[in-house]
Amino acid sequence: MEEQELPYVLIATIGGIDGVLEDHVEFLKKHFNLITMKQFHEHKSHLSEKIKAIYMWWNKPVANQELLSSLPNLKVIATGGAGVDHLDLKLISSFGVKVANTPFAVSNATADMGMALMLASARRIVEGCQIAVSPNTEYFAADWMGDEVTGATLGIIGMGRIGYKVAQRAKAFEMKILYHNRSQRKEEEEQAVGAIYCKNIDDLLLQSDFVMLCVNLTPQTEKLIGKKELEMMKPTATLINISRGLVVDQDALVEALQNGVIKAAALDVTYPEPLPRNHPLLTLKNIIITPHVGGSTTKSCRLMMENMVESILATLNGLPIPNEVNPPK
Amino acid sequence: MEQRELPGLLVNEVGGVLGVLEAYVDFLKKYFHLITMKKFLKNKNHLSKKVQAIYVWWQKPIIDRELLESLPNLKVIANSGVGIDHLDLKLISSFGVKMANAPNAVSSSTADTGMALLLASAKRLVEGCQIAVSPNTEYFAADWMGDEVTGATLGIIGMGRIGYKIARRAKAFEMKILYHNRNRRTEEEERAVGATYCTKIEDLLQQSDFVMLVVSLTPQTCKLIGKRELEWMKPTATLINISRGPVVDQNALVEALQNGVIKAAALDVTYPEPLPRDHPLLKLKNILITPHLGVKTDKATRMITEEAVANILAALNGLSIPNEVFP
Repeated sequence: MEEQELPYVLIATIGGIDGVLEDHVEFLKKHFNLITMKQFHEHKSHLSEKIKAIYMWWNKPVANQELLSSLPNLKVIATGGAGVDHLDLKLISSFGVKVANTPFAVSNATADMGMALMLASARRIVEGCQIAVSPNTEYFAADWMGDEVTGATLGIIGMGRIGYKVAQRAKAFEMKILYHNRSQRKEEEEQAVGAIYCKNIDDLLLQSDFVMLCVNLTPQTEKLIGKKELEMMKPTATLINISRGLVVDQDALVEALQNGVIKAAALDVTYPEPLPRNHPLLTLKNIIITPHVGGSTTKSCRLMMENMVESILATLNGLPIPNEVNPPK
Repeated sequence: MEQRELPGLLVNEVGGVLGVLEAYVDFLKKYFHLITMKKFLKNKNHLSKKVQAIYVWWQKPIIDRELLESLPNLKVIANSGVGIDHLDLKLISSFGVKMANAPNAVSSSTADTGMALLLASAKRLVEGCQIAVSPNTEYFAADWMGDEVTGATLGIIGMGRIGYKIARRAKAFEMKILYHNRNRRTEEEERAVGATYCTKIEDLLQQSDFVMLVVSLTPQTCKLIGKRELEWMKPTATLINISRGPVVDQNALVEALQNGVIKAAALDVTYPEPLPRDHPLLKLKNILITPHLGVKTDKATRMITEEAVANILAALNGLSIPNEVFP
């Protein structure tokens, strides 16, 4: 009897700086014949018809016109993470290819990161560590202060899965929670976290001690936070970004931080990543930047991978696709 | 008519990097005749009878027999914060002087600090910041991982006011919470934060991904965490200390961190503070140390001073002291 071949799935590369994680390969190979881009290029004529799915990790391989045209039997692209701003959904849809992301897998780890950044910024943890180990430190100054998080006002912009999880965590710190979202959440959901809806983003910006960005990147949210919005924020407020770099007008942010228009910022995401080494954001004292690690825990990466495998298998078996991303209308 | 003199309050110093904050001086002068140690030592004959209270700020002035003997009208000593391990309570009591601390003012900001350290450590935040700004960074590696906090197990050692506030916060991260304490909390209190009591400290240590020390420093808790306790911990676990440096056997901790007996540590407190600049803890890669910033917010320090003043005024007016500490 003919043994059924495992489906052929295209990946960018294994290991290295942005490849599929070595730890995941065993599991992936149980379900798929993995083909790297290198192998694909070397054996195009043989492989192009076999590839049924793309397993996209850290946005690679790039699903452009050229690649899509060369994969006549491509059925689905599974991308790791919640964001799909790196995909041309119209283009992909025009080839009749489905898209699935992993919105659930990263939400806890990303909400945790939002809280980590808020606390680290407020309590000056990074500076504090430097003082604690500096060869010049002779004493700890009594007048060295941070900002209180308990009881402060947190404004969440984007109350999706991640935003809501941030609210759940912030509630335990007795924070007053305001939120702004395309649509208002149900009353029970609001009550469960004590969140107050601000239909107008200005109201949220004017009152918040901490502003946290948890939106998707879309044409509507690009540069959502610009000069005007930063000026509406309190001069004692901190901006925290765990969404996408482009949601913030970075030039406006540099100016605002330099001139004390806002107090500080904490960014897990920038545009680009990493920033060019001479970028002004890197020289500011009132900023902390982390290397887009929001979703990156061993557990959440494993979960992402499993979700992606599930989405690919469901598509290839003609079943409803978990985490399918609908094409734009 | 003779104007009533305000009671004398002795403080070590005002302003500068170590003194009672300048911002509080007006507030203190509403109730007290503020006397610094410098003024006192210059003018002992005149001032010694006037001092009725001492406000100990960051463990100064040092309360020893000599000082107590020179203050015949001293009624009360108020401490800035909750830890009183630096004070000889028996000695103070033997002079008929009352002692008060400030347990309420410190609890939220210290609990926040505990959570900040837990998250910073788990997410490798300080390392991450260094990578983000380093001139050598060309890309962000995909295999650079942190530890999951949501759903992990937190073991709280010392479930007083601060420990309980930590449990509340950790519960919102869906953490599994174990605790070890001299006394068990009530069932309702346990249920409210989903905390499970561990009679034996080793049960807590063996199961926890994060171990947080929130005890007072007493003769019983000195070196509570030593070689044996560190070996009970998981090799993937992180130790967080927001209590006092001597609660941990620092030499044992250095060894444990060097040999991967535990994964990492985050310390807001050490012994001494600061550590000597050549101390091995400062060289380790898997440690975060912060400069005892547990209560260092404007709000908390102001509340600490207000709490101290309330206690002092109660003592001087013969009322019961809200936060009296007994030997």
